[in-house]
Amino acid sequence: MLVRPKTGILDPQGQAVESSLRHLGFAVDAARVGRVVDLELDVADADEARRQLERMCEQLLANPLIESYEIELRPGA
Amino acid sequence: MSEPPRPRIAVVVFPGSNDDRDVQLALERLGATAPRVWHDEMRLPAETAAVVLPGGFSYGDYLRCGAIARLSPIMRAVERFAAGGGLVLGICNGFQILTEARLLPGVLRPNASLAFVCRDTTLRVMRSDTPFTGRCDSRRPLRIPVKHGQGCWYADPDQLAELEVGGQLLLRYSEGENPNGSAADVAGVVNATGNVCGLMPHPEHAVDPLLGSTDGRLILGSLVDAARLSAALPV
Repeated sequence: MLVRPKTGILDPQGQAVESSLRHLGFAVDAARVGRVVDLELDVADADEARRQLERMCEQLLANPLIESYEIELRPGA
Repeated sequence: MSEPPRPRIAVVVFPGSNDDRDVQLALERLGATAPRVWHDEMRLPAETAAVVLPGGFSYGDYLRCGAIARLSPIMRAVERFAAGGGLVLGICNGFQILTEARLLPGVLRPNASLAFVCRDTTLRVMRSDTPFTGRCDSRRPLRIPVKHGQGCWYADPDQLAELEVGGQLLLRYSEGENPNGSAADVAGVVNATGNVCGLMPHPEHAVDPLLGSTDGRLILGSLVDAARLSAALPV
C-alpha cells in the first residue's frame, strides 16, 4: 500500500525534500512524501486481497481526511 | 467546614505516555482523586466522573500520532463513556488519540515548520460555558505552554466553517502566536455535544507559580468542578 498526503493538503515534509533536491541541482516540483506498507496476505484470490487491503487502509493505514492510498498486488509463491 | 467531595478522574496511561503523573498531581491538587489506568484495562474504575488522556508519545508515534493507541482496549471503554455523555479531555498526544478515534473533529499533522516547538503560548478562550472552561473568563487570555512536533490541527474549509458556527473551536492561539500552522489558529476543540475536548497546550505544566503561569489551573479546575457535578448526579 502506498499512502500519501491528498492533493491540496499542505505537505511540509514534501516541501523540505523538494527544497533539498533543488539544493542538489535537481529542478523538481510538487514533491510529496508518503509511506509504503508491505505485507503478506494469505487469501484465495486478488479480489479478496484488494477488499481486505482497502479495509486496512480505511481503518488504520491511511487517515482518509488527509491521505489517499494506492494498492499494488503481487502474487506470492 | 467539610471538604467538598473529590471526584474521580481517570488518567489513562499508554505505552509512551509521559505526562500522566503531572496530570495526576495537578488534578489531585485541584481537589480530585486521579487514579492512573493502564491502557490494557477493559473498563474504567468504578465511579469515574471524567477521563483524561495525557500527553506523550504513545506507541512511539508510529504510523500516525495516536493511530495505534486508539485501538487499545481501554479506548472501547472511553468511547462508551463519551457516548453516554461522560467528560473526556485529551491533552497533546491525548488530543491526537481523540481525533484518530473520531471522537473529535479534524486531524493533527506535523507542525508547518517541521520543528518541535516548546514554549509558552497565549490562548484565547472562545467560550466559558463548557465543562473545560467554566473557570475561564473569555476576555482574559491564558498563558499555557505547548511542546509538540505534530500539533498542526487541520479541517477542510467547509468543516472549519461548520465548527466555528457550532462554537466548537474552543481555544485559539492569540494572533501572531500560532506555533504550528493550525487552521484558524486552533489550539483546542470540543465535540458537538460539548463533553469531549482536546487541546495541544499543556495545562498540567502551568499549575505552579514556580514554573511561571498558573493558568492551567483554570482548565483543569473547570474539569474538576464539572466532574464533581456529574459525579453527584444519580446514574
